[in-house]
Amino acid sequence: MSDSEEKIVEVKHLVKHYGKFHAVEDVSFDVFRGDVFGFLGPNGAGKSTTIRTLLSLIKPTKGEIRLFGKDLIKNRNYILQRIGCIVEKPDFYKYLSAEKNIEIFARLSGVTVTKSKVHEIIEFVGLKGREKDKLGGFSHGMKQRLGIAQTLIHDPELIILDEPTTGLDPQGIIDIRNLILQLKNERNKTVLLSSHILSEIELIANRMVIISKGKTIVQGSVSELLNAQELVVSFSVDNIEKAKQLLGSLPEKNIIDKIEDKNLLLHISQENIPVINKLFCDNDINVFSIEAKRKLEDYFLKLINT
Amino acid sequence: MFWKSTYNEFLKIAAKPRSYIGVGAITLIVGIILFAMKVDGHNFISFVTQPFEQSLSFEGKILNGNLIAFIILQMLIIHVPLLIALVTGDLVSGEGAMGTIRLLLTKPISRTSILFSKYLAGCAYTLIILLWLVFLALVVGKIIFGTGDLMVLNSEGLVILQEKDLAWRFLSGFSMAFLSLVMIATLSLTLSCFSENSIGPIVSTMAIIILFTIIGALDVPVLQKIQPFLFTTHMVTWRNFFEDPLPVDKIISSAIILFVHIIGLLAIAVYKFNRKDILA
Repeated sequence: MSDSEEKIVEVKHLVKHYGKFHAVEDVSFDVFRGDVFGFLGPNGAGKSTTIRTLLSLIKPTKGEIRLFGKDLIKNRNYILQRIGCIVEKPDFYKYLSAEKNIEIFARLSGVTVTKSKVHEIIEFVGLKGREKDKLGGFSHGMKQRLGIAQTLIHDPELIILDEPTTGLDPQGIIDIRNLILQLKNERNKTVLLSSHILSEIELIANRMVIISKGKTIVQGSVSELLNAQELVVSFSVDNIEKAKQLLGSLPEKNIIDKIEDKNLLLHISQENIPVINKLFCDNDINVFSIEAKRKLEDYFLKLINT
Repeated sequence: MFWKSTYNEFLKIAAKPRSYIGVGAITLIVGIILFAMKVDGHNFISFVTQPFEQSLSFEGKILNGNLIAFIILQMLIIHVPLLIALVTGDLVSGEGAMGTIRLLLTKPISRTSILFSKYLAGCAYTLIILLWLVFLALVVGKIIFGTGDLMVLNSEGLVILQEKDLAWRFLSGFSMAFLSLVMIATLSLTLSCFSENSIGPIVSTMAIIILFTIIGALDVPVLQKIQPFLFTTHMVTWRNFFEDPLPVDKIISSAIILFVHIIGLLAIAVYKFNRKDILA
């Protein structure tokens, strides 16, 4: 659920065509204050085009974009002053130091930023001691952290991150994920985060939209969207045949997905896990383990192929 | 915000290694010319004055700082545009190539302001390059060769300008040369708005200069009609300040044509930059 009912971002029927190529066909979604909002879609779905349109880097062919309750085209500077962003990868001036890069972008942010604030923000993203180093020697992960420092320097209300974990190693992904959660929990920021990885959105976001082929497929609370789906639950038992007979006697049909050695993979809802477990135990079937898995990727693929 | 952006652009130009290529190249070339003139300047002067020696007698110090400055300017003013375009052609396209344009254009400042910040910084760089050339040619030239009257050979014949009459001529000549170089900076900045890589606008600027120079030099009637409107025709107008009497109409007409080019190109640059979708 959202912390607030105040809409920070409203996108209605966004369309972007490049000649005959339709990058975005019909995208609509709302982001509320306090959300960590996942913007999900496969590669080429139109995520980057939509995000660039939100940031006025690309002019839409059709559609309405309102941020902070105001029309983007008419109030561009007012809106951009309240946004921090990383679009795709964080590129900086390689011939300047980390500190100078932050200062250059801070100067254009519309607020006065002191040197101590620059140092504070560089420390927050874990780059203390590297302020004077030129960007030429920075790893992708370090640039991504500096990118987040750049987004925070003017204390924006909304942070837009386009594929922030792309190209990072596993530790880098965890670090950036934790930084995003810190922004939400410690700094009360609204975050709009695009990704093509469903599990990443599930870990961070409270609400999400899924787009495919330039169109909105589904939008809502992450937990509601994912929990609405059936689970695949693996029961490890000592008597497979007896367990199959018991399941066959139940009113629900076709709940067995497949059988792997002594594991029964069942299509059931979360509430039915203890019911099945009790059924097995009452009939002298030993249950060694129960493992529930959501078919995230299947769900995602099902939606985007609809 | 505009001035903060302009300050940023100055910082970027100052930090870029390529900005010093122009300064280094001018220092090296002028250094070589000064050395060559110091060693063999009298032979060079004799070669120029030889055809007149039967009817004229030359007295005083012909090989002086003023003459050296004039020779250096004449030699280099054709090549300095390349050094200018090296920096100004990269101002917009370089941001695209580096990817920094994405961050830059998501800041609460209009695209027109960003473009004019870059333009102003580019013009300042052009001025610095020209002032450095002037310093080396005129100041260092006078230190090494002393001062004196200036003897200029042009299509009308030999013009000798008195030393006391030279300061304003050099100042006006340099101002006119600055206007020509600003024209080049404007051209390369405009081309830079159409490109996503650094090298394209630089090469294109030079290609246009070469093409227009060739068209300007061809003695073909159909081309002669357009020659007065080519900016390259007016890039040597600074020399007119060293003629006696001063061709005022010619100078004013050249300045107007260069101004019109500058304004026209800036209008194209603003239009393109404001409509550009940032896909880099």
